[in-house]
Order: sequence, then C-alpha cells, then structure tokens
Amino acid sequence: MKKNSRPLLIYLFIYLGFLYAPVVLLPLFAFNDSAIIAFPLSGFTTDWFSWLMEDESLFRALKNSVLIAVTASFISTIFGVLTARAMARHRFLGKQSMFGLIMAPLFLPEIIVGVSILIVLMQLGLALSLWTVIAGHVLLATPFSVSILTTAFNNLDRSLEEASLDLGENRIGTFFRVILPLVTPGLISSLLIGFTISLDEFVIAFFLTGTDPTLPVYIWSLLRFPSKLPVVMALGFILLVASLVLLSIFEFYRRRSESLASGKENSGIK
Amino acid sequence: MKFGTQIKQSLDGWRLIGTPFIFGLLLLLTPILLLVLLSFWTQEYLDLNRTFTFANYREIFSHPVFITLIKRSVNISLFVTASTVLLAFPVAYYISFYGGKRKALLLFLITIPFWTSYLLRIFLWKIILGYNGVINSGLISLNFIQEPLTFILYNSNAVVLALAHAWAPFAIFPIYVSLEKIDRSLLEAGRDLGDTAVRSFFRITLPLAMPGIIAASLIVFIPTIGDYVTPKLVGGTEGMMVANMIQVQFSKANNAPLAAALAIVSLSIVVLISLVFLFFNRKYLRRQI
Repeated sequence: MKKNSRPLLIYLFIYLGFLYAPVVLLPLFAFNDSAIIAFPLSGFTTDWFSWLMEDESLFRALKNSVLIAVTASFISTIFGVLTARAMARHRFLGKQSMFGLIMAPLFLPEIIVGVSILIVLMQLGLALSLWTVIAGHVLLATPFSVSILTTAFNNLDRSLEEASLDLGENRIGTFFRVILPLVTPGLISSLLIGFTISLDEFVIAFFLTGTDPTLPVYIWSLLRFPSKLPVVMALGFILLVASLVLLSIFEFYRRRSESLASGKENSGIK
Repeated sequence: MKFGTQIKQSLDGWRLIGTPFIFGLLLLLTPILLLVLLSFWTQEYLDLNRTFTFANYREIFSHPVFITLIKRSVNISLFVTASTVLLAFPVAYYISFYGGKRKALLLFLITIPFWTSYLLRIFLWKIILGYNGVINSGLISLNFIQEPLTFILYNSNAVVLALAHAWAPFAIFPIYVSLEKIDRSLLEAGRDLGDTAVRSFFRITLPLAMPGIIAASLIVFIPTIGDYVTPKLVGGTEGMMVANMIQVQFSKANNAPLAAALAIVSLSIVVLISLVFLFFNRKYLRRQI
C-alpha cells in the first residue's frame, strides 16, 4: 500500500505550494527596500515596521478591534455555555428550532447578516458604534462557541456531577466547583476562536462600524493607496506571527480539553 | 403528556437557552424579516414608500445587469466549490491514510497560511496576478513574454482562484474528519474479498466520505456566493458579484429596498441550491442523522 502513496505525496507538496504562494510574499515585501510592490527585490529594510509604529490611526483601529474581539468572544462564550448546557442536559419545547436559530449564522452569507442588521439599526435610528459591531460579531461567533462547548459538555462525566450533588453541594456550587473547572479548556478555546473570528471579520464590521474603524476596516482603507502597501505588508506579517502564537495556545488547550474531558488527565499533549 | 407539565419541564432549559435565543431573535430573525418587508417597499428619493409592491423584484428580473450578476455569482460560487472540494480531497485522503505520526503536523502546515488577515490573503493574489505582479515580472525576466499579461487579473478566473485558495482548509477539514471515521477493516475486507484498490475506493471509501464532502461543499458554497471582498479586490468590473451590487445599492445608489430584494433573491438561491444538493445526497446522510 505504501508505494502508491508517492504521487499523492507529490500532489500534497504542490498543493502546499499553492496554499503558501500568497503568504510567502508577506515577509518578502515587508522587509523589501522599495515603495513599489514588484520583483526584483531591491534590498533589506525595517523601515516599514517603524512607519507602522508611528501610525496612530492604526493603533486606534487595533485598540477598537481588540476591544470588540474581547467583548464579543466573552459574550459568545457565555451564550455558548448557556446553549450547550441546555442542549446537553435539558428537554424543552422548541429545543431544535431554538438551537437552529442560534446556529443559523453559520449558514448565511455574511453580507446578508450585515445588511439586515444595518437596516434594523437604521429603522430604529440607532447610531453605529463599536457596540453594533460587537453585536454582529457575537452573532457570528456564538455558533462556534456552541460547537466547541457542546463537545466539552457532552464529554463530561455525568457521575461527577451527581456525586457532587449527593455529597450535599447545591446546583450552583456544583456548576462552579465541578463542571466549570472541567470545561475550562473548552472555555478557553471558545474565547480564542471567538477572538480570532472577530479580529479578522471584515464585512459585518464594514457595514456596522461607525466613525471608529476596526483593524480590517482600516486595512481596507489603506489598500486603496499604493504608497501604503509596504506598510500593509509589514502589518500582515505581524498579524501572521501573532496569530500563530495564538493558534499554538489554542492547540495546547484543545488537546488538554480532549484529554481532560475523557478523564486521561495525565496524558497531556501527545 | 399534559401541556402544563411540558411547560414546567421546559422551564429549566428555557432559562438557560433563553438569552442566546432572544439575542438571535432580535439580531437575526427580526432583521431578516425586516429585510423581506423592506424588499417589498420602494425608495422615492429620500423617503421610503411603504406600499406593498413587487417593483424591486420586477426590476431585478427585468434588468440584464442584475440577472448577469446573480448568474455570475452562482456560477463562480459553484465552480469554486467544485474545484476546492476536488483539489482538497486528495490532500485529506493522503493525511488520513498515509499521514501516520505526522497527521497533526500536516494539518497544522495547512492552516498556517490562513492565520493572517483575510483581506490581505485576497489582496496578495492581486500582487501575484497584477500588471507588475509576481507572475508577470517573473515571466518577463525569464524572457517568456515581452509585455505583461493583462488577462490574469480583474476577471472571474482571478476571483475563482483567490476564493478557492481562501476556502481550502474549510474543505480539507470536514473531508479529513469523515475519512478518519472510516473503519479500516472494511477496506481490508473488501480487498480480501477480491476488490481492486480502485473498486474499493469507489465502493467503500468514497461513499463513506460523502458526509464530509457534502459538508465541505456547503461550507464553501454558502459564504462564497455572498463574498464581497474578493470580487472587489481582484474581480474588476468583469468579476463583480452580487454582494458588490447589494453594497452599491445600499450606499451610493441609496436604494435600500432594491438592495434588500437583491439580498433576498441571493439568500433564496443559496437556500434552494443547498436543499437540492442535500436532497440528491440524502442517502449518504441518512445514517448520520
């Protein structure tokens, strides 16, 4: 069987080449000593990074984005806990349709979500602000939080909960002292996935943002100016590195979540 | 069971799911219903005319501009879906069947390019395909061409390429998961009973991987049909899609009702195609549900 895998392996390398083709340009042009994005490369510089550091509107946009991402991921994780818990432990009328509505943003093009929220806000005469973007991002991130936390809650050993109740702890105490610690890795991955979704989301932020742009909306405005492109490349490179750090943390907790929930606490990372 | 006791039993669940559910009602269901309502109104300069009319829908279906855009969006999105899933399948297959101990590493390698801004990933294709881009400057320095090629950027093909790239991992992962679920002893049994490798692939592996392929197709199809960024950055006028028109009608043209009708038409098409797709593949999904 091993020998027929060779063509597939070659294909895999070609495919990876395709996947990496755009991204390898980021470091190349981020450190390239020319204001024009074209080959051949002219020389090495870190100027574009110093430009970035002096760009105050960039930092404002970054601050907005982080604020939005933290708030949105926090709320979507709470929603995720509530939904996952209800789905895992309770029977109630309308269970499937309520769940369906909460998961629906996964199955809708973002532009539809953005436009429809914008229409409501316009009809109500509400001003666009960071909060309107947060609301949109909570909507988008909640289904992801729900799926992550549903796995965490379903893997939870029910007897631990029953033991706690039998030993005299009340429901609230059991939730905070038994259930919550066991699903913590799930909570952290839910927070991180919500954070990354919100941080990178453009279309909804584009529609719902007021005078304060988010980072993607700010990048969008930069893309129109050819002279700004090397700075954008430098920014993209920083974003890539920062995301990889976040991703590694996420992986670490996801694996711990899996091993914790299945009771093999000591197996750690494989 | 009595309705009263049912309500009583439901209270615990409702108390939990209530907040996210009401949030969804207020920020998703109500807005979409309003969008539907708005699509039956008309814009008269600065005011909304709130008499019920099909005028917007008539306008969409009588103007070739809108029909062309909608058709193109559907075509691009279907083409992106087919090519992304087809190209992704061998990758998922290799990782699942021959990945061995390097499975996690290979999956990680696939995700790395996608951890920078979506906008920049799409924009980088413009740098690759552009007039002074990587391909043109490369080909010129190799003396293959004298003048830069202009047909590679600002058309539907560029949109398809950028989208097929952007959605690649979203196709690989579901297919990989479904391949991982296949009981390998089934394949051995097939081989022992005389199936050739090709036959056992088509009779065992592929049918069992269908849930993943179906999921991958929907995950790629639904968002790409409404993509705004990609056609705007690399599509030019020839590659413009329906989301761009929705945005234009909404802002510059100041015709929110027409934008709403366009959004509703696109949404209906997405739902319709997804349902037809699921219907034709229902036999593969039956066991899952």
